[in-house]
Amino acid sequence: MKRADLPPNPDPVLNQPITPELVKKHGLLPEEYDKLCGHLGGTPTLTELGIFSVMWSEHCAYKNTRPLLKGFPTEKRGATANFGRVLVKAGEENAGIIDVGDGWAIAFKIESHNHPSAIEPFEGAATGVGGIIRDIFTMGARPVLLTNSLRFGELDSPVTKRLLRGVVAGIAHYGNCVGVPTVAGDVYFDRSYEGNPLVNALCLGTLRHDQIRRGKATGLGNPVYYVGAATGRDGLGGASFASKELSAESSADRPAVQKGDPFMEKLLIEACLEMMAIPGLVVGIQDMGAAGLTCSTCETASRGGAGIEIELDQVPQREAGMNSYEVMLSESQERMLVIVQKGREREIEEVFAKWDLHAAHVGTVTDTGRMVVRHHGVVVADIPAASLTDEAPVYHRQSKRPAYLDETSRWTPEGSGLRDVDLEGAKAALPRLLALPTIASKRWIYRQYDHMVQHGTVVLPGSDAGVVRLRLGETEKFIAIKNDCNGRYCYLNPRRGALIAMVECLRNLVCSGATPLAMTDNLNFGNPYKPDNFYQLKECVEGLAEACRYFDVPVVGGNVSLYNESPEGAIDPTPTVSVVGFIEKEAHITRQFARTAGSRIVLLGGAPDELGGSQFLGAIHGLKTGDAPAVDLDAEKRLQDFLLAQIRAGRISAAHDLSEGGLLVALSEMLFGPARLGAEVDLSGQGSLRVDALLYGESQGRILVEVGPGDLAEVLADAAASAVPAEAIGSFRASAMLSVATGIGTLNWPVADLRSKWESSIETAMKRPGLG
Amino acid sequence: MNIAVLQFPGSNCDQDAFHLFSSGLGLPTSYVWHKDTSVGGADLVVVPGGFSYGDYLRCGAIARFSPVMGAVREHAERGGLVLGICNGFQILCEAGLLPGALIRNSSLEYRCMTCELVVEEAGPAFNTRLIGKRVSLPIGHGEGNFRIDAAGLERLESNHQVLLRYAENPNGSLSSIAGIRNEEGNVFGMMPHPDRAFERFHPSQDGLVVARAVLSLRFPEILRESA
Repeated sequence: MKRADLPPNPDPVLNQPITPELVKKHGLLPEEYDKLCGHLGGTPTLTELGIFSVMWSEHCAYKNTRPLLKGFPTEKRGATANFGRVLVKAGEENAGIIDVGDGWAIAFKIESHNHPSAIEPFEGAATGVGGIIRDIFTMGARPVLLTNSLRFGELDSPVTKRLLRGVVAGIAHYGNCVGVPTVAGDVYFDRSYEGNPLVNALCLGTLRHDQIRRGKATGLGNPVYYVGAATGRDGLGGASFASKELSAESSADRPAVQKGDPFMEKLLIEACLEMMAIPGLVVGIQDMGAAGLTCSTCETASRGGAGIEIELDQVPQREAGMNSYEVMLSESQERMLVIVQKGREREIEEVFAKWDLHAAHVGTVTDTGRMVVRHHGVVVADIPAASLTDEAPVYHRQSKRPAYLDETSRWTPEGSGLRDVDLEGAKAALPRLLALPTIASKRWIYRQYDHMVQHGTVVLPGSDAGVVRLRLGETEKFIAIKNDCNGRYCYLNPRRGALIAMVECLRNLVCSGATPLAMTDNLNFGNPYKPDNFYQLKECVEGLAEACRYFDVPVVGGNVSLYNESPEGAIDPTPTVSVVGFIEKEAHITRQFARTAGSRIVLLGGAPDELGGSQFLGAIHGLKTGDAPAVDLDAEKRLQDFLLAQIRAGRISAAHDLSEGGLLVALSEMLFGPARLGAEVDLSGQGSLRVDALLYGESQGRILVEVGPGDLAEVLADAAASAVPAEAIGSFRASAMLSVATGIGTLNWPVADLRSKWESSIETAMKRPGLG
Repeated sequence: MNIAVLQFPGSNCDQDAFHLFSSGLGLPTSYVWHKDTSVGGADLVVVPGGFSYGDYLRCGAIARFSPVMGAVREHAERGGLVLGICNGFQILCEAGLLPGALIRNSSLEYRCMTCELVVEEAGPAFNTRLIGKRVSLPIGHGEGNFRIDAAGLERLESNHQVLLRYAENPNGSLSSIAGIRNEEGNVFGMMPHPDRAFERFHPSQDGLVVARAVLSLRFPEILRESA
């Protein structure tokens, strides 16, 4: 039964009866449909059904994850009046904001564009970058850096090559043109991502506290403006598309993938920042991301506790004859909704005229609490705004420990009769590991990204973390940023894998000389309706939350991407974390590359002794099993505090944490810097351990540091006093060799050979014949 | 001496160029909007990098029609200094202020990296005595592959108009050309970014040397200040 107060839609197509099939096609469950009818006091129009379907999708409503996310700490315990306060918390706005002192703040957030990138890698990745940049400048911040976190299937498959090429080109196309440097990233290759790549993009911006803007519609009678690109039929229903599993028919969803225009975005950034700099003009502002005009209008109204009325005839359109359903659900890119102070319409219009952009007065703030949409003079939707946002359904899904964990967690090398490496095997493993695309140099990728524009990049891509100088008015500050997540660990032990993602990310920041400040996370998982998947999700979130609380690193925002499945099954659980660290003094900035021949190599944290989940097991034995490496939060904290203190004391000239590939991979990577050194180490004293686990195992909480001979005694003494295991295992040499003495004999490799394997692996795989 | 940095829609290295001259060299520097019809009495006009008008057509093909380009042309014809960096170089070629054209990199990919460049003996402003034999500058472009016809190349070479060549060619440029000047010697264009090589934390500070060299043609004192 149609509600009495809504007349027929001007477009007869939209007056068809709402059938159970139509409800199902909109991704809504029968009980969700009943609930929305209750909110409306009758049956919805087709336009309203479309609006509910996108707003109640996982992408917008977090309906399956909201209860879990409540466990994240959102405030920093150690914040002071002038540093570290969370000024805008996770979930409040488009991005969180944290105080970096002297009246300045940073806004940052990560977001996924996995499904669009699987279907159309170039545009999918490009618009992912565009969307996250808008989330940042809508807060009033100038975007100053991008990072991305990518996951693909194994690089030997032509499908993966096509996806990698497309995704990298798409990110480059958008980020390079818009002029925001891509300063860091992480990329893993694993079968589980075959057909369902992950593309998570992060943007960080800077602003003064008084420049913070909110996505709130307030002030009865204030005009609502639509600015930026015109609306087309592209990206129709993208948010509900992103909440479905991928299937063979997904390519038929191509119209749901949007097309980006980074030039338009650049103009929009400049025009919006110019507009927001005019005192008192902007009341509220929000980008039109997922669910476009729908999401921005009902969210601003709901946050402001107000209502909003819009007139679709005023919306700039680039196609003729669009109906209200299409205009409301379009996900055309590079559009923003702005609420300005009544009577100051001319000021916003002048700014946008200067930049040759649309600024259309499309509506008004009301006090009804309702979102009212008119088209051709007829009301086509009339919905309580809060019912779309705060009242969205919330589910506690079933969780069941997956059966495979019984087998993998009990696996041990001894129990399975896995023989330790002999001298020959130990020698052959290192070049093979260095050439694994997950470990190999990502130069082929990052040289396609402009990582230097805005001239603030201090540590270029390829070291433990990206380091950027922020120019803040007349002052400057240095930050480090790093993404992390080893999905293999999360598959083998979801809670511990998530803990490792966090502690390893923090370790990377500390290796760069930074104190971890705050984090944003991107939860990439499979279909939450499958209890196995939900178990992984729940465990990972609890692991992240535990690490965040322990290290006092608040979550300032994030994104959830579920339904990451291909016909082969769900992806490895991938709770990607991105942490920003603060560097007190420029002199503390530390890189992973060894600098001086004759300096000593100190291993912090003890000798590695685990094989579970390692790249070595995968690449050499074809096994993806065992338990994830152990994590000891107290030991990790002691280690990180110790290293930071030593860096600040000026005793550490290079630091690199042990991660994928273990000790020898980390040591090799320290040699791949500009100084072109060799190294000589002696590990024969660790004779009681398995050689494979010692050389290539991935035990956590280990760092290699370069220490001048004159500082060695003090570093070791301080380590002992701090209860941090530390051992001088050798020296960097002005030689062309890496030489490692072990209990089974001495291993020697020419560094140049190792380097060329590491440097050329991805490049060779991606080479296109005939091109220079 | 006054520096003007042009701003087109889509310029994104305008702030980099601004800071090279203002913070790096301590010179009075200001922006000039593309709709302006004057360069405001500037001694050096910098056409910065970026993606003017998105560069969805040939790079620089639309920017050359911006109102300000008329003023840049007059400034150059009066002998004023012009420096085009990256997209600025592409715009100056499209505007006919410099010969040749820049096409897609031979790799068909964008390249961001630091390049070693060989300095040529290209007149009073650009030579190894002022600059040194080599400089190290970042590049960041998808279309930096310099092209010119045989007669044009011959003219460039015989007039010593080539400023910089890549030690290792990153983009397929003819004769490894990375930067050139006009015949008169007052208009300079280069794909490498001096505006990304001047801060103390940059991999090189050679951008300062190159910027001073360009200015030295009219303001020899800039060299003394740096000594």
